Amino acid sequence: MTAVQNRLTPEQAVQWHYVCKTSDLVTNSGVCALVESQQVAIFSLKINGETQIFAISNYDPIGKANVLYRGLLGSIGGAPVVASPLYKEHYFLETGLCKEHDDVSVTTYPVKLEGSNVFVGA
Amino acid sequence: MTSLDSKTQIVVVGNGMVGHHFVEQLHQSDANVEITVLCGESRLAYDRVYLSSFFSGASADDLALTTPAQYAEWGVHVFTNALVTDIDRDNNKVTTSEGQVFSYDKLVLATGSYPFVPPIPGNEQEHCLVYRTIDDLLAIEASAAVSKVGVVVGGGLLGLEAANALKQAGLDTHVVEFAPQLMAVQLDQAGGTVLKDKIEALGVKVHTQKATQAIEAGDTCRYKMVFADGTALETDMILFSAGIRPSDQLGRKSALTLGERGGIVIDNHCVTSDPNIYAVGECALWDNKIFGLVAPGYTMARTAVSHITGGDAEFAGADMSTKLKLMGVEVGSIGDAHERTDGALSYTYLNQPEGVYKKLVVDSEQKHVLGAVLVGDTSDYDTLLQYALNKIELPEHPESLILPSSDAAPALGADALPNTASICSCLNVTKGDIVTAIEGGCCSVADVKGATKASTGCGGCAALLKNVVDNELEKRGVAVSKAICEHFDYTRQELFHIVKVNGIRTFDDLLAQHGEGLGCEICKPAVGSILASVYNDYILKASHLPLQDTNDIYLGNMQKDGTYSVVPRVPGGEITPDKLILLGEVAKEYNLYTKITGGQRIDLFGARVEHLPDIWEKLVAGGFETGHAYAKALRTVKSCVGSTWCRYGVQDSVGTAIDLENRYKGLRAPHKIKFAVSGCTRECAEAQSKDIGVIATEQGWNLYVCGNGGMKPRHADLFATDLDTKTLIKYIDRVLMFYVKTADRLQRTSVWMDNLEGGLAYLQDVVINDALGINAELEAQMDTVVEAYQCEWKTTIENPESRKRFRQFVNSNASDTNIQFVSERGQVRPATEAEKVVGKEQFIPVSVV
Ligand code: SRM
Ligand SMILES: Cc1cc2nc3c(=O)[nH]c(=O)nc-3n(C[C@H](O)[C@H](O)[C@H](O)COP(=O)(O)OP(=O)(O)OC[C@H]3O[C@@H](n4cnc5c(N)ncnc54)[C@H](O)[C@@H]3O)c2cc1C
Ligand code: SF4
Ligand code: FES
Repeated sequence: MTAVQNRLTPEQAVQWHYVCKTSDLVTNSGVCALVESQQVAIFSLKINGETQIFAISNYDPIGKANVLYRGLLGSIGGAPVVASPLYKEHYFLETGLCKEHDDVSVTTYPVKLEGSNVFVGA
Repeated sequence: MTSLDSKTQIVVVGNGMVGHHFVEQLHQSDANVEITVLCGESRLAYDRVYLSSFFSGASADDLALTTPAQYAEWGVHVFTNALVTDIDRDNNKVTTSEGQVFSYDKLVLATGSYPFVPPIPGNEQEHCLVYRTIDDLLAIEASAAVSKVGVVVGGGLLGLEAANALKQAGLDTHVVEFAPQLMAVQLDQAGGTVLKDKIEALGVKVHTQKATQAIEAGDTCRYKMVFADGTALETDMILFSAGIRPSDQLGRKSALTLGERGGIVIDNHCVTSDPNIYAVGECALWDNKIFGLVAPGYTMARTAVSHITGGDAEFAGADMSTKLKLMGVEVGSIGDAHERTDGALSYTYLNQPEGVYKKLVVDSEQKHVLGAVLVGDTSDYDTLLQYALNKIELPEHPESLILPSSDAAPALGADALPNTASICSCLNVTKGDIVTAIEGGCCSVADVKGATKASTGCGGCAALLKNVVDNELEKRGVAVSKAICEHFDYTRQELFHIVKVNGIRTFDDLLAQHGEGLGCEICKPAVGSILASVYNDYILKASHLPLQDTNDIYLGNMQKDGTYSVVPRVPGGEITPDKLILLGEVAKEYNLYTKITGGQRIDLFGARVEHLPDIWEKLVAGGFETGHAYAKALRTVKSCVGSTWCRYGVQDSVGTAIDLENRYKGLRAPHKIKFAVSGCTRECAEAQSKDIGVIATEQGWNLYVCGNGGMKPRHADLFATDLDTKTLIKYIDRVLMFYVKTADRLQRTSVWMDNLEGGLAYLQDVVINDALGINAELEAQMDTVVEAYQCEWKTTIENPESRKRFRQFVNSNASDTNIQFVSERGQVRPATEAEKVVGKEQFIPVSVV
């Protein structure tokens, strides 16, 4: 079964964009989608037997390159993170905050599933 | 001593390191006192010991030991630029140069010392400076900016530090010393000579036995220094560092007892000849001695606080041993370095080529260490100091304490130290204090640091502190955590064992049975590597893929702009013209930057992730395989041309290098592995700097192991001589598999060897004599890996599912517009942020020359 991270409040108007099929995602790893000319990294994680999907900006603000989807996934104290492949800073997938630098964060995006179709809100 | 109704008024003159320590200690004592600090400088206390770091980028704020806010919080009144000019002892008052008057019940003089400037005519000129305060540093910086040549007068400890500062400022630097040698206080003649050689090798010119007579106008530089022997030296600036003198003017003016050669005389409680006045730090004279180091000053400060608050601590002198790094040269001096004690005997070790000198001074019965001199290598300092301070009885061959890595060298375990042993001399923490802290519940070095303040001064005791803490914890059965990360409570070696014994084949199974959480970038690749070493499956199998570092997932090294490098294997560095042409064609087609690597192969840089499979398809079709440049695995086997062509070669080094590379390619390990094979003793392949080095002899091959280039070079050890090729391979199989099984994560063979108990002899015993009875298993394991070899790139391009991973976008064929190139020397290079054109496609076209 697949749960989806959806951090939207009802009033927020969101434009949903179809990006790919669930079969295009790679378990415990990431892919990247082009949404309204923004690069969005989409991660699929298996947490306690259940798949969760997260989306954050693909741009590494410290390495200054579009690479976050190629980072290693893991957890810090239970919270899911991705480690930048360039200089290894950790970004929390739920909040986009950078663990090593208080003043750095990346945008997070809502994700939803309709059947086997994956949508990203932007 | 403290009256009940009103607070005792304490006035502290001088806010240097010791004055500040006094204030801090007194504040912490909770005594009913009111503290006023009169500070001669424009800023509050700062770390004078690390003054020189100012020239390597530290700011005045970095050096600060306290702040006005901190003092305010403590209720301490502090005045800067408040130079005290008079003490009225009859009325217990002091006056500052600004005319302010302060009353005291107890007065503490912590006025430190000032640099001595020899009375040489001309010494008062604008670019003649000293080195003591932050203001001095600012003046030096300003002067250096308009100078080319700089001279330091004085070749002692501070003089050499000052010389380093001038060197860093880019000046042509000289040291002029009156004595026949450098650091005459701490070192003997031989030690001074080795130090001089090392410092001159760093580009600082040393002139000993020179007495400066005058500083005149120069011809080519601003000044000319004229020496007593008739020679001269031209320079633009001069820094005097010819010793320090106690700042005892206040004592002199108010008729306190002074020493014959200056210094305010104090007793064991740090009280001067006036019972209401204390003196601490470098202005104080105890037993006719001035202590020019911070640790004894701190002890004096604590002693004075104790006396003021009714305690009974006494100052009993201090050990003046020092260990420091001068311009990267390690220097240490312990106790009686000059063999002044009656009947003293010494052992010396001199290694001129490497610039190492060690002298051990012992008593006439060769029972105890009296002193030592160490230049070029101070790794024995901690041990020798403990022998000296704690009168620990010497082993049978005292010389073993200073000889290089002799097997007999009895390292002094933390256990052997008595409880009175001083571990941190800056903060006066003994082994007993540490034991007490641990008994009180501390269970890590950080806890003990917090509780005892040990290692928060100069930091020189950090290694010893860790040693003592770990030892005490282990004695109490507390496991000192060696867990690789928060997800697995095991070392790499233990995980390897678990995987092997339980036949575990995936990370998820291992995590479910032996770990917690989701894993991380530390444990995932480590486990990925273990699984590969044991089974050598295709590393991009669905279950292994998420474990790999990015470089392994995309089978290339990620560059700073997110593109990749492509490094095909070129076994032994031998390559056909056709293959060279193919590399060139592919590079041209995909606009890649090409470079010959340090590993005898060719690197193609700037490949976009989506082009990698096509590029490799062409390379594989032309006979190339992956070079594993991205992997913790066998990298290259370098060769020299060898007996086939070279007139000196005695064996076919190229052929052997190719065979070895083909045998071990794909072997995953705790870290990368590099080989080289040289065709004769001239060693053109540099085999002795490799993990595995092979050098041809008339009879066969000499095998060297565990060498390293890189950050901390290590020469490989000669493991076995005159081997035939079959035995050579057998030994390499065993050494490598033993390393793969037992090393830590990211531990090169060099570090593994240095940590292997028993060292080289033990490894030889395991591999040559089968001391552990595991050789058959090691060889079988290697055979499994060799047989399971596949070129990961070939497997990848043949599999459409795997190829899908190499896309920038799941939903578009567009490419990443942030990747942009410009042309340089006829090839591409990544555009800098400033050169990039936002939102613009691709690269600025390259002009092909
Ligand atoms: C390409 C090359 C430099 C060159 O232009 O010549 C190179 C490039 C890199 N080296 Fe190297 N090293 C290269 C030869 C060397 C050598 C020389 C040699 O092998 O003879 C050394 C010293 C010898 C040794 O390792 O003992 C060397 C010592 C290092 C080290 C330090 C290792 C150490 O133990 O201290 C690192 C860092 C590490 O591995 O952790 C490193 C890491 C790297 C990395 C992987 C850094 C990174 O993460 O981006 C570089 C990426 C290469 C790429 O993108 O393809 N590289 N590197 C050389 C590739 C050789 C090859 O054909 O595979
Ligand atoms: C470059 C350098 C490197 C050093 N390296 C080391 C080292 O590695 N290890 C080590 O142990 N030691 C080292 N030292 C020595 C160490 O810094 C001193 O031992 C320590 O600073 C002495 O402290 P103090 O408080 O007695 O004197 P100071 O730190 O000199 O402080 C005295 C203060 O009193 C002020 N003062 C003087 N007269 C008056 C007055 N009349 N009224 C008001 N204020 C006054 C001065 O302006 C000064 O601020 C080094 C020193 C220098 C300069
Ligand atoms: S020396 Fe440093 S910069 Fe040069 S290739 Fe090696 S790792 Fe990169
Ligand atoms: S000896 Fe200086 S901090 Fe411990």
